[in-house]
Amino acid sequence: MSDDDVLLEVDNLKKHFKVNEGWIASLLQSVSGGEPDYVHAVDGVSFELREGETLGLAGESGCGKTTTGMSLVKLHEPTAGDIEYDDKRLSEASDAELKEFRQNAQMIFQDPFESLNPRMTVYDIVAEPLRIHDIRNETARVQRALEFAELEPAEQYFDQYPHELSGGQRQRVAIARALVLDPDFIVADEPVSMLDVSLRAGVLSLLDRMTEEFGLSVVYISHDLSLLRHMCDRLAIMYMGKIVEKGPTDQIIENPQHPYTQALINAVPVPDPDVGRERVELQGEVGDVIDIPTGCRFKDRCPKHMGEVCDKVVPPLEQKADVDADQDIACHLFESAEGYDPYEELEGRSAASDASDDTESAPADD
Amino acid sequence: MAQEEQTGRSIFTDLDDGTSDEEINKWQRTFRLWRETLRDHWGKLTDELSVKLSLITVAAFVLIGIFAPFIATHEPLTRQYQGEAEILIDKWAEPSILGADSGYILGTTAEGFDIFSQLVYGTRAALMVGLIAAVFTAGIGTLVGLVAGYYGGKVDDALMRLVDFLYGMPLLPTVIVLVAVLGPNLWNIIFALIILQWRSTARVIRSQSLSLRERPFVKAAEVAGAGDWHIISRHLAPNVLPLTFLYGSFGIAWAILAEAGVSFIGLGDPNTVSWGTMLQASRAYSALQFGAWWWFVPPGICIGLLVISGFLIGRGYEEITNPKLQ
Ligand SMILES: Nc1ncnc2c1ncn2[C@@H]1O[C@H](COP(=O)(O)OP(=O)(O)OP(=O)(O)O)[C@@H](O)[C@H]1O
Ligand code: SF4
Ligand SMILES: [Mg+2]
Repeated sequence: MSDDDVLLEVDNLKKHFKVNEGWIASLLQSVSGGEPDYVHAVDGVSFELREGETLGLAGESGCGKTTTGMSLVKLHEPTAGDIEYDDKRLSEASDAELKEFRQNAQMIFQDPFESLNPRMTVYDIVAEPLRIHDIRNETARVQRALEFAELEPAEQYFDQYPHELSGGQRQRVAIARALVLDPDFIVADEPVSMLDVSLRAGVLSLLDRMTEEFGLSVVYISHDLSLLRHMCDRLAIMYMGKIVEKGPTDQIIENPQHPYTQALINAVPVPDPDVGRERVELQGEVGDVIDIPTGCRFKDRCPKHMGEVCDKVVPPLEQKADVDADQDIACHLFESAEGYDPYEELEGRSAASDASDDTESAPADD
Repeated sequence: MAQEEQTGRSIFTDLDDGTSDEEINKWQRTFRLWRETLRDHWGKLTDELSVKLSLITVAAFVLIGIFAPFIATHEPLTRQYQGEAEILIDKWAEPSILGADSGYILGTTAEGFDIFSQLVYGTRAALMVGLIAAVFTAGIGTLVGLVAGYYGGKVDDALMRLVDFLYGMPLLPTVIVLVAVLGPNLWNIIFALIILQWRSTARVIRSQSLSLRERPFVKAAEVAGAGDWHIISRHLAPNVLPLTFLYGSFGIAWAILAEAGVSFIGLGDPNTVSWGTMLQASRAYSALQFGAWWWFVPPGICIGLLVISGFLIGRGYEEITNPKLQ
């Protein structure tokens, strides 16, 4: 795939949140000169989103999926790293370029009861982005978007308020609103997880149609791998703010390499009983996202743990020698295809006692 | 974006050639929606008997205030002289409704003012103080609360320190000192009340805005490219407006009470009649000891009625906008 097809390039993105301890603690801290604590919500994530592609972000609760998604649409200012849209760095973008980005990046939120202003009508909700960007043909566009979201006849919904709609209808309004600007990509954060099971299929097929007919790129966020499996071209598995494995969906699901991905896939209640996979609960607790452990973040729960190298050296996300080229894995079990040797680093490290590793926190804004 | 034209897959492409003439008339629509909302709220509000009675009471006072010159039988601050000798009524005239042959419905004060006319004109002062102070306290409080809650950080810190400072000052004593310094007239009383009263509205609206601005619908507007002012005016303000009304209606009641209190102490405007100055005069001339209850009971009842009505309307409105209280 050529570089031209890349719509969004995320480069070592980090987002740290300052831990809110109240003013007494922060006062004491400023007196004693201590460093404030940070939640390392997203801690060095790199991936690309190609045109027309659907990418799934999976992982347990709290691993940073939503924070990543919100950073993609610039709801968060990254602590470090950057996002390149259309070959322009967003951190260096001018106001006009940012405005254009805003027009092309949309987000669908998890909770349709919360993502619509209770005091606005459906028409005003869907028309709002058009007004912000001064786009003509407001009525016709709103109508078209609502019809696309299968809210027909559209006029009937114009004057309704969110509380008069069902959960499924609200999520359709949210989708219409996201589509009305004709964006390049959409981040869909658990778009159906708050909906009644009976309504999910309908909304999912709408999202499917959206990617097909609009030629959109979509980032789906979910902890439900079986859902991502039939929605996404590629998957990225996250753990404690980092991507541990990414690649084409079928490959990841059928041939997972990283021990965490394997555990996660086994933990998914498989819809088809014929597959005969047993449901496996993930063992142990997720590590501390404030005081990041050294080495591999999965080390305490990893069944394949290999000793010191896992404890001390952070496994980079890279191509592996014995695995398909487009599947990247962050684990020392596999030999690097790029010639990186973690043991070398381990020795170098014990020689130089403790050199600083990757876990240092840069200042965050909130 | 360039891709749009390349893929040509937008479902909106055909809409962009020429403008359709079916645009909805925005003003008409906004007007209609507002009317519907207001009618809806009004309907629910008047559903409750206590609120209905309160509204009638307030409406009656408003009418009395507007038509005061036609209702009042005398000039409120003109001494009612008797006879050719231009001698002041020796004590006071008893009310004619009690059967006295004085010609003054509620009698006169010891200074010779017609009590009924004072009561009627006092409505004006009460409503003026109540409404102006309430509009400004609710308005300033809402604006400050929205800005502090939305921007957070240093802006919030600075504004909230100011509010904390104001909270350190007791209402009535501070108003008394301010009025004593600025001079006793109605406008200074209103001004002092506004200065001190916006703090509670600001604090409540701020905490509302703080939580509102984290709500996904605000995030959605941000993603769509909305600026600060757009978010404050379209997303935060409409959602805090019920609270503004609530604090506004409570503000009317507080302002009337405070004005009465200040006037009672003798810092009222000597050139304006208010229920508070009436009470103050009745006390100064020991009306209570002489059993002249018609001098101080009517203004007391009027204050009570208007204040209670204000609180009841506020309560009723709170209930319809915050169904959890029901
Ligand atoms: N605004 C914020 N301030 C402070 N901490 C935050 C903030 N947003 C997220 N976090 C923290 O960052 C971490 C990652 O959160 P995030 O919401 O991105 O996880 P997630 O993968 O979306 O989880 P879930 O599946 O539960 O939605 C969590 O520990 C969370 O508590
Ligand atoms: S690096 Fe080590 S601890 Fe981490 S997943 Fe691989 S084997 Fe397990
Ligand atoms: Mg989430």
